[in-house]
Amino acid sequence: MAERIVRTGVVALLLTAPFLLLAVLPLNQAQFWTANVLGRAVVFGIIALSLTFLATYGGFISLAQMMIAGTAGYGVAVTVDGAVPSIVGGLPYALAVPLGLLAATAMGLLVGAIAVRTRDIYLLMITLALAMGVFRFVETNIAWFNGYEGIRNVVGPRLFGQDFRNPYVFYYVSLAVALLLYGFVLYLVRTPFGLVLQGIRDNARRVAALGYSVPLHRIAAFGVAGFIAGCGGVLATIYNIGISPGSIGLGPTVNVLIMSVIGGLGHPVGAFIGSLIFTVFDTFAANLYDRDRFNTLIGLVFLVIVLVSPDGVTGIFGRLRGLAGAGKRSARSLASINKP
Amino acid sequence: MGLAATVVLNGLTLAALYFIVASGFSLIFGLMRVVNMAHGTLYLVAGYVGYRVFEPLYDADVWWAWYAGLAAGIAFAAVAGALMQVLLLSWMQGQELRQALVTIGISIIAADQVLAIFGGTPRQFFAPDAIFGSTQVPFVGGYPTFRLVQIGVAMAVGVALWLLLNRTRLGMMIRAGVDDREMLGACGVNVPRVGIAVFALGAALCGLGGVIGSTAQPLALGQDGRFLLISLVVVIVGGMGSITGTAIGAVLVGLAEQLGQALFPTYSVILTFVIMATVLALRPQGILGRG
Repeated sequence: MAERIVRTGVVALLLTAPFLLLAVLPLNQAQFWTANVLGRAVVFGIIALSLTFLATYGGFISLAQMMIAGTAGYGVAVTVDGAVPSIVGGLPYALAVPLGLLAATAMGLLVGAIAVRTRDIYLLMITLALAMGVFRFVETNIAWFNGYEGIRNVVGPRLFGQDFRNPYVFYYVSLAVALLLYGFVLYLVRTPFGLVLQGIRDNARRVAALGYSVPLHRIAAFGVAGFIAGCGGVLATIYNIGISPGSIGLGPTVNVLIMSVIGGLGHPVGAFIGSLIFTVFDTFAANLYDRDRFNTLIGLVFLVIVLVSPDGVTGIFGRLRGLAGAGKRSARSLASINKP
Repeated sequence: MGLAATVVLNGLTLAALYFIVASGFSLIFGLMRVVNMAHGTLYLVAGYVGYRVFEPLYDADVWWAWYAGLAAGIAFAAVAGALMQVLLLSWMQGQELRQALVTIGISIIAADQVLAIFGGTPRQFFAPDAIFGSTQVPFVGGYPTFRLVQIGVAMAVGVALWLLLNRTRLGMMIRAGVDDREMLGACGVNVPRVGIAVFALGAALCGLGGVIGSTAQPLALGQDGRFLLISLVVVIVGGMGSITGTAIGAVLVGLAEQLGQALFPTYSVILTFVIMATVLALRPQGILGRG
């Protein structure tokens, strides 16, 4: 019951956030907060959600999620009308976006299929290698992806007569997508598919003995995660008004992991908490330490979280609740994902 | 014919460098079960520290400038690796994923500090006169001597590692530790100390690769990601913890990269990953990995 109240409260807060910001900040600052802090946090939270979904319910720490998000972004950028340079071009957003999501889902399935027989750190290594491989391929390929420069001017569609560049349109569309996907994940893990997935996480052998196909469920989970990451990737590409290899390189790949781990790999909500913390640090690192030394700062935060609380901020909440005697369910820690 | 020979020789010299770097990665993984995500960063840091030592000596026209840079790079990497193990990784032994995350954290911070301390300027060592210039190679013609030296160094590293692992007491402990850490400890061996030694050795090999690699090609930010990727792919293809497997993996990846670049330049990266995916599909533990 208490949880439902908290959940409703958070959603209400997120829905009214732009107006609350307007009430306390000047117009331009409120818009900046809406699009560049909250909006960005929501978008990258979606990408982190795809990793958290895999990690929490499957026990797979995949480092390929940013690359998969980039696949959707490139899918849109290559096909959509108005992108510069126009590579295929000509398609309206109504077609280009589904195409991008399809590409991301397919890439998710492919990554899942390649990594299907590996787990734990092997999976981590293989997904990272795949991500870096796609990054280097995109960076060197001019014909399809315009190489190092990438593709610009992906401005987003007009919705209900409103331009997508309007910070409020961007924020509410992103928020709606995030809430839908979040609800979808919570629903999915209660379906038979989700239960089998959690069974595989805890003991793949027993699940196989019950007659379920472990490889198929694993690959399907990567497909679902690919779709989620793709949604984030499309929004991130529109947010950045284009995409370049730099946005799927080692740095962004690791950033998604940082968000998920800071937030906590015990519950999907951790993805959004982590991405909000990350974005706030990213925006205000200049005031805290040094304008250019953001990576040192976020690296330290990440290291401290991994050393002190492997289940992230949500894990800290869980433990506090456990201390207060209110929570019966404590978040799973990284260590338990590691040791099935 | 000449072109084909050049491409193959390029592939082999590249493979030599990959082997030096990846063997350290493989060694650490083999005994410690630690995926050292900071391996590429060690390469970068060792290169820059080595260059800091090398530059003033080179300006002073001392003949041993390069060797001093090499020694500094190796020593720094070894100490950094040992410190990483002592301070952070040793007390979470067995939590493989958490250790991997810690090394990721270290690599983020270290790469950023490299940028802060050394700036983003690309650097390149000048090889000493003895191994500078070009050598006549049959079918190929003139070929940079240093790249041939690279092959020699890699072979020396391979032989030395083989001797160390198979003919010394430390090697015996390492091999025993790969099979059963707890039993090794029960036999009275100080396993944590062996772990520190292995970490230092693996990191030192990475440092060696860092200075050698930065002599053959420029040292710049971004190389850390590249060499982490190479180490991962080489070790995944060759098999975790096997030195011979690492050598096979390095040759395959080096040749694939050069052949790919000669035949279909903008798609060459795909070839490397087709090899990786094929190996994973047929032998998930790598060509010479133990299941």
